[in-house]
Amino acid sequence: MASNGSSRSSTAQQRLRIIAGHLQKRPEDENTSVAAHECKAETSRSDPSSLTPVPKRRQEVMKWNGWGYSDSRFLFNKKGQAEFTGKRYRLSGLILPSLKDWFEGTFGASLQHKSPATPTLNLSAVAPPNLNEPFMEDLKAAGVSMSHDPEDRVFRAHGHCLHEIFALREGRIGRVPDMVVWPSCHSDVEKIVDLACKHNVCLIPYGGGTSVSSALECPHEETRSIVSLDTSQMNRILWIDEKNLTAHVEAGIIGQDLERQLNEHGYCTGHEPDSMEFSSLGGWVATRASGMKKNIYGNIEDLVVHIKMVTPRGVIEKSCLGPRMSTGPDIHHFIMGSEGTLGVVTEVTMKIRPIPEYQKYGSVVFPNFQQGVACLREVARQRCAPASIRLMDNEQFQFGHALKPQVSSIFTSFLDGLKKFYITKFKGFDPHHLCVATLLFEGDRGKVLQHEKQVYDIAAKFGGLAAGEDNGQRGYMLTFVIAYLRDLGMDYYVIGESFETSVPWDRVLDLCRNVKERIVRECKERGVQFPPLSTCRVTQTYDAGACVYFYFAFNYRGLSDPVHVYEKVEHAAREEILANGGSLSHHHGVGKLRKEWMKESVSGVGLGMLKSVKEFVDPQNIFGNRNLL
Amino acid sequence: MASRALYSSRHRMLKKWDDFEDMLEERRRSSDLRYALRCYTPSLYKGLVPCKASMLKTIVLQSDHLQYVIKQVSLESGESSECVTEEASLILDEMAHRLQLSTIRFFAFTLSKAFKRLFRSVCVNEEGIQRLQQAVQEHPVVLLPSHRSYMDFLMMSYLLYTYDLPLPVIAAGMDFMSMKFVGEMLRMSGAFFIRRSFGGDKLYWAVFSEYVKTMLRNGYAPIEFFLEGTRSRTCKSLTPKTGLLNIVMEPFFKGELFDVNLVPVSISYERILEETLYARELLGVPKPKESTSGLLKARRILSEDYGSMHVYFGHPVSVRSLAEGKINRSQYNLLPRYIPQKPSTDTHEFLKDAAFRLVRIQEENMVLKPWVLIATLLLQNPDGLDLSSLTEQTDWLRHLALAFGAFLDWPDHAACSEVTSCSLALHRHLLIVSAGHVQLNVTEALQVDTTPEEAVFHRAVVVLSCASYRNQILHVFLRPALLAVAMQSANSNSKDDIYNCFSFLRNMFSNEFILCPGDSVQDFEEACYLLMKRGVLQVLEHEIVMSASGQSTLAFLCAVLDPFLQGYQVVCRYLCEETNENLTEKEFIPAVRNFALKLILAGRLKCYEALSSDLQKNTLAALLRLKAVRKVKVGDQVVLKVNKIAVNSLEDTLGGKIPNQKPVLARL
Repeated sequence: MASNGSSRSSTAQQRLRIIAGHLQKRPEDENTSVAAHECKAETSRSDPSSLTPVPKRRQEVMKWNGWGYSDSRFLFNKKGQAEFTGKRYRLSGLILPSLKDWFEGTFGASLQHKSPATPTLNLSAVAPPNLNEPFMEDLKAAGVSMSHDPEDRVFRAHGHCLHEIFALREGRIGRVPDMVVWPSCHSDVEKIVDLACKHNVCLIPYGGGTSVSSALECPHEETRSIVSLDTSQMNRILWIDEKNLTAHVEAGIIGQDLERQLNEHGYCTGHEPDSMEFSSLGGWVATRASGMKKNIYGNIEDLVVHIKMVTPRGVIEKSCLGPRMSTGPDIHHFIMGSEGTLGVVTEVTMKIRPIPEYQKYGSVVFPNFQQGVACLREVARQRCAPASIRLMDNEQFQFGHALKPQVSSIFTSFLDGLKKFYITKFKGFDPHHLCVATLLFEGDRGKVLQHEKQVYDIAAKFGGLAAGEDNGQRGYMLTFVIAYLRDLGMDYYVIGESFETSVPWDRVLDLCRNVKERIVRECKERGVQFPPLSTCRVTQTYDAGACVYFYFAFNYRGLSDPVHVYEKVEHAAREEILANGGSLSHHHGVGKLRKEWMKESVSGVGLGMLKSVKEFVDPQNIFGNRNLL
Repeated sequence: MASRALYSSRHRMLKKWDDFEDMLEERRRSSDLRYALRCYTPSLYKGLVPCKASMLKTIVLQSDHLQYVIKQVSLESGESSECVTEEASLILDEMAHRLQLSTIRFFAFTLSKAFKRLFRSVCVNEEGIQRLQQAVQEHPVVLLPSHRSYMDFLMMSYLLYTYDLPLPVIAAGMDFMSMKFVGEMLRMSGAFFIRRSFGGDKLYWAVFSEYVKTMLRNGYAPIEFFLEGTRSRTCKSLTPKTGLLNIVMEPFFKGELFDVNLVPVSISYERILEETLYARELLGVPKPKESTSGLLKARRILSEDYGSMHVYFGHPVSVRSLAEGKINRSQYNLLPRYIPQKPSTDTHEFLKDAAFRLVRIQEENMVLKPWVLIATLLLQNPDGLDLSSLTEQTDWLRHLALAFGAFLDWPDHAACSEVTSCSLALHRHLLIVSAGHVQLNVTEALQVDTTPEEAVFHRAVVVLSCASYRNQILHVFLRPALLAVAMQSANSNSKDDIYNCFSFLRNMFSNEFILCPGDSVQDFEEACYLLMKRGVLQVLEHEIVMSASGQSTLAFLCAVLDPFLQGYQVVCRYLCEETNENLTEKEFIPAVRNFALKLILAGRLKCYEALSSDLQKNTLAALLRLKAVRKVKVGDQVVLKVNKIAVNSLEDTLGGKIPNQKPVLARL
């Protein structure tokens, strides 16, 4: 433990030196390379704690009952204006003048009706831990850091599903892990898993805690001691191989740290899921994550070259770093998407790329959603998708508008007015139908500009009008703050969530329309007093289809059990997705939330195959989170 | 909006129907011309894709589905795909409607004049109209009217125009098209024409289904078609067809539409325009070919009184809720949606069940006039009744019918005698009323030179005309009547025995009446419940016992089914006695008719309804279904191979002899 600590502090110092070198060497690069990251939170570079933004005691910087950093949240100030606190985000410290009207208008909510959360965690509500003493003693002897402090345990008992956060806000605490362990390297994990097998305790791997599939929930039926295995301290980049453009990284590292540290060497992975501020590499592997720039860099399955996972049967890994092999079914595909049911991913070798020279946001306004989808389809057909291309529907476009910060000058507001006039009056777009696609281009400058032209030309064929970089960037910002917005909603009787699917191109429109309508109808039938927000966007394009993301939220005043209503509606929406040819999940995973549809999704034989793998790898069910199967 | 529970027998008794409003009243008060030229602004479907009728053709021809089929047909036939496309285009020209508001306005004017002369009133349930108004905005709508008369679809369009609803496009049989001018007029008022049979023609099917689906998907107009496929000549609902129903449901199954609203519409006539025409047709006098001159000749009907007419717009039935838990829509996930897919067995079952239930809704919402009660009684008493006794029995029957859930239009506060005589007056051409004695007009003095056969046919026309009114109320009495007959023929009071007989009869008659497949137990329980409620019988744990006071009701109910039992027996007897080994399907009807005619002439049969070709066809269909008769193709003829033992045993069973085969039917 002590040696670990000192070795870490020395690497930390080394890293600081490198950063300093970078800062001095290429000050002019700073402007271009940072542009892409302006949307998500930036930890200040001078702050030395930036090297370990995830402390063991997460509650010190993060909310225990909501999303993200404790210092960042939306609130309505005394004047009734919305503002976003903190300093981390572009939006931080800004006033959002139109959010209140949008919020009240969309949900029928009112600032008078508050539903505040329990301010602090009531420790007496946490059941005393069911500790396995022999296991603890052996663990202590092995020198692994651990805790059974109630706050630590509560923090690791949940992901960010609505029902999980809602219960925390009400101060309801269910089954929580009995203790938390923090391995600091691969061999720590081996020891822990060995001991867990020896003493028959249940292990639940914990990475960034951003699951939205109930994957982290402790199974009620579990009677053994449950140990949360927090990988956050395994966060080093072990080596970078510039010849092969690969990096070997410990799986506990979180997305933003990985990117930042690689950037210091002039590289990136390009893997940027919306949760990258908090989610971990191991979590991405375990859920088959997808990043917003997958068009250039690929999804997690395209990015990994080698995975090391500790299972109750031992370590599973391949013997070489060959870029592709024909050695039977790819064992990586048993690991990716295993959702913590087979073992702990400890180290990953993944592809890296040089930081792109140039980045540019963009946006296109379409007269309606149909045209927008047709354009995305054409872009996919021509295989010329930018790093990211997303199409928001009209409701989301309006939502995005509500998040416009106060404009600084009369000139900008005049310009905005002019733009609006041009689009709605001159071009005849109906403000209640138009929708917007946001774009992100990346690469060397010349190619980006060429690429940009190609995409805008295609868009023009579908009636699309270029609508500026600013709109594009705001669109991407939305994804980082939306989870914070949910917390704001929950302060005022509004609950909501997002869910996703993937679907063949020809069914995109039908699926979007039917699912949105199903949500509205189910809400009505279940007694929701106001029409819900039911909106979607197409977030990824593939050769054969697209990924669609739904946001759904409603005002729950007058409902006795809003979470139950919410769950029923989400369930119905998922049924609708499946009936319309959508998949069970594109990248969120199955967890426990969507388990019931697994058999239908992969056939009985398929499920049997997965079960037999589990049976072989983990006959004692040490990794007993009961996800997936 | 759309009702979830499609049908529940127990609730039927509690059912509240909407009130009616006479829409002709307004027409009698104000100018028809102004009405025809008034501003027409229907409420529209919220997802409407605006599109001209002429555009439809291009959309259909360019659809992925049709393109795919054209390629396939061209591959199979060796014709170039341009040729096949041309063919498809011709089919479409032949089929397509050319809905024009001006034509509708013309009809609005002329039909106003005609309807005012023909009918005393045309009553419409306004709440139904309001529901429809809502429904058309929410989801594409399919209108499913009952079909008893040519009037039906003219009336539908007329009503929708009147109430500012979107005008429907109507699937009509090709036979109309041959009427010069009129065919075109109908086309311009929204009718599109489909061939009566196109079984194997892939291209035709593709064009037709794509045409209907395109209109539905784009919300172009409500689609109107007749579930029964054709006009019912007997006024009994016909076994529904599922082809078009499948077409209009498929866009929902495949996720192309969120939902489709099906609106059953029940149209009932106090006196049917085609009354005697139908009777003659059933007796084998061929139906006159639809022609314009025929229609003009028929204008003398304008001078007669056809009483009142009722149109009841039922609650919209959501396809989505109908299919919930029955159709797994993800079965369509693995095939591109433009590739035509035959409905799976499950889907087929579902369609059949849905079609039956929709027809039952039509039946239930069908307004019944007092005359149907009188007709029922007169048919059961061929020798006639005294007016007073007729009045008394009508009143009794009225209460029975109401208790069984009939939708009876009985004038408020009118004495029964008054109502009776009014009805008799309207239908006097079927009756002889003299000295307070009422009788069917079967003995009218005939011209001297008529042959006995002609005399029989003359009487049969009157009987079948009258039967067409009785048939309108059959659905009310059907289940209790089946139970009554079952009790009569079962050899014990045992519930199981009675159920077996009931089930046998139900099975036998399932081509004759609307009996939802698989509802045997439910129907039995409903019958028991109704008769128990009337105090006719007591249902014990294992037995069903007739109450002392139940005799007359049971006798009446048995008599209701009697003509059918007799008719079926006649057909069976014919098949047993027929010696011709090579009886072709074509010869069947005339041969049976002759056989029945001989029996009647010989005085061995009193039941004129046995002459009805409808009944004969239904019997044959039942025998084929029960595999007592087989169809065999010999050359280009279809020959009927009769299993005489089986047919004989069926005849015996129908005749009330104890069924000796061990019933394998579902136990209670």
